[in-house]
Amino acid sequence: MSRIKNKFEALKQENRAALITFIMAGDPDTKRSGDILAALPNAGADIIELGMPFTDPAADGLTIQLAGQRALAAGANMKQTLSMVREFRVGDDTTPIILMGYANPIFSYGYAAFAKDAKEAGVDGLIIVDVPPEESSPLEQEMQANGLDLIRLVTPTTDEARLEHALRGAGGFLYYVSITGVTGTAKANLDTLKPHIDMIKSKTDLPIAIGFGIKTPNDAQEMSKLADAVVVGSAIVDKIKDVKESGEGKDDVLALVSSLSNGIGSR
Amino acid sequence: MTVNSYKNQPDDRGHFGQYGGRYVAETLMPLILDVEKAWNEAKNDPDFWADFDKLAKDYIGRPSPLYFAEKTTKHLGGAKIYFKREELNHTGAHKINHCIGQVMLAKRMGKTRIIAETGAGQHGVATATVCALFDLPCTVFMGAKDVERQAPNVFRMKLLGAEVVPVTAGSESLKDAMNEAMRDWVTNVHDTYYLIGTVGGPHPFPAMVRDFQSVIGKETKEQMLAVEGRLPDSVIACIGGGSNAMGIFHPFLDDPEVGLIGVEAAGHGVDTDQHAASLNGGRAGILHGMQTYFLQDDDGQIQEAHSISAGLDYPGIGPEHAWLFDQKRVNYVSITDDEALEAFKLCAKLEGIIPALESAHAYAHILKIAGDLPKDHIMVLNLSGRGDKDIYTVADKLGVKI
Repeated sequence: MSRIKNKFEALKQENRAALITFIMAGDPDTKRSGDILAALPNAGADIIELGMPFTDPAADGLTIQLAGQRALAAGANMKQTLSMVREFRVGDDTTPIILMGYANPIFSYGYAAFAKDAKEAGVDGLIIVDVPPEESSPLEQEMQANGLDLIRLVTPTTDEARLEHALRGAGGFLYYVSITGVTGTAKANLDTLKPHIDMIKSKTDLPIAIGFGIKTPNDAQEMSKLADAVVVGSAIVDKIKDVKESGEGKDDVLALVSSLSNGIGSR
Repeated sequence: MTVNSYKNQPDDRGHFGQYGGRYVAETLMPLILDVEKAWNEAKNDPDFWADFDKLAKDYIGRPSPLYFAEKTTKHLGGAKIYFKREELNHTGAHKINHCIGQVMLAKRMGKTRIIAETGAGQHGVATATVCALFDLPCTVFMGAKDVERQAPNVFRMKLLGAEVVPVTAGSESLKDAMNEAMRDWVTNVHDTYYLIGTVGGPHPFPAMVRDFQSVIGKETKEQMLAVEGRLPDSVIACIGGGSNAMGIFHPFLDDPEVGLIGVEAAGHGVDTDQHAASLNGGRAGILHGMQTYFLQDDDGQIQEAHSISAGLDYPGIGPEHAWLFDQKRVNYVSITDDEALEAFKLCAKLEGIIPALESAHAYAHILKIAGDLPKDHIMVLNLSGRGDKDIYTVADKLGVKI
């Protein structure tokens, strides 16, 4: 069974939603990013989304744009991102790692070579923001051949007909983008969210993660009632930018992760 | 493999061979599909085209003249050179052709707000103009660097009632303006139409913009047959995203006797890291909703383009050009900043026409090749824009203070 499945099974036993934390690989540099990554599970992260830095992140708000720019300026690249995962796996073989980013660096790497190297490094799944189901089959084939989950995005604009389309070939969990917008901006309205998520639940057994605009333990707690997982990105990344070379500031990042985890609590 | 026709692209999913497609966030997909549906209906609706033709004639001033550039022809002593005078259009460039078409489509779809990106400002001005005409609020995203170097166009857009948003993210130029427009669109998907300014972006934009711009090539064909009684031997156009080139090329694609030449911006040289020649200096990639050629490093990070001309300063190119490049139907060459600048000056002095720096790239290539061609070789330059907007850039390059 995959790490993702195992994790959701275990959390189900505990009657708890998962906290998914997003950090940008190589932000602000490889050393600090690797140290933070290694410490996330103990601080309360159940699943980790590791951003792959890209020059043109058209679906991200300013916080994550700047994180990518910091990482690239410090020399981040795809091979280094995979190395980070490999090193993380030395000390942790259970926390799922999802790589998240944009199509071009993977396309440039080559879908087949990327899927193989990602699997070997210990990656569990992939979220590619700008590859909708219509364009995903070449990537999907390579992912499946290597036992990696291609995680689909569902949004407030996804209607029932499109949802069925999106669910074909979907793996791991469904990532529900709770707002029409970019990362790190507005928070979704719970009342409008619920009926749409209920509709999605009726169509799939995949766990559902809610992301975009979730910043505080209170937000996380509210959202965790609607879904199987809650994703927090910009709020964490915003703290990472202040981590000094000495490591000072890292504890603030981990304290936020712990408070988010406590916020989710048990249902 | 040879193809029966170069004009039956894209397929129903928007692919030109391996290029094109719809690489957008899921939030935008339903809207992109709506745009496609609305476009398929509109393009088969004679009333839509009747309205378009009327505005093309009375508002844009079409057809634009086909002018025999006698002095350039004499100066070079070779091929007979014609200019397709798109710079005489209302707003001074070809961009207005697809702006009218797209705003008509946006209205038809019930959209109440228009956004656009712009590089040189020509597309932004054309969009702001048509939005004024159609009474729609308009927001134009423009790289902060371009806001600075195209001040007259920024002022024009504001006069026309548009909001101009300087984009400070990334490299502060056209590609970043496009990213920012995408971010706005994904946020305001319910009421907003993104009026993409070139034959790029997700399907159906590359095909739709081409279809609106094809009026250039159709007219050229008719005018040439009327004046010379035959088709030209070659057609030359500059390429940034490639809308003016696609517009004049497309009607000629299946006429094998007509050579087609696309001129990319070589900046300081294609062998340097300061150019905008995505075909001659880039490779296949995915960005801004499409698969096409992009300038990028080994890791797939997009590189900044460089050109003296803000309108060519884009690290990608329309997907149909990528396909035509692979098919070798169009010959894609490149011209440096310095060559374009010389051509700009010569065209002004020789013809009394100040060309846009973009179009000066195509004129520069004519200066290179026309002298060696026989006198019965007929060549058409798509003079896609006028150069009034560029006088500050050129004066600065020449060390003149104005």
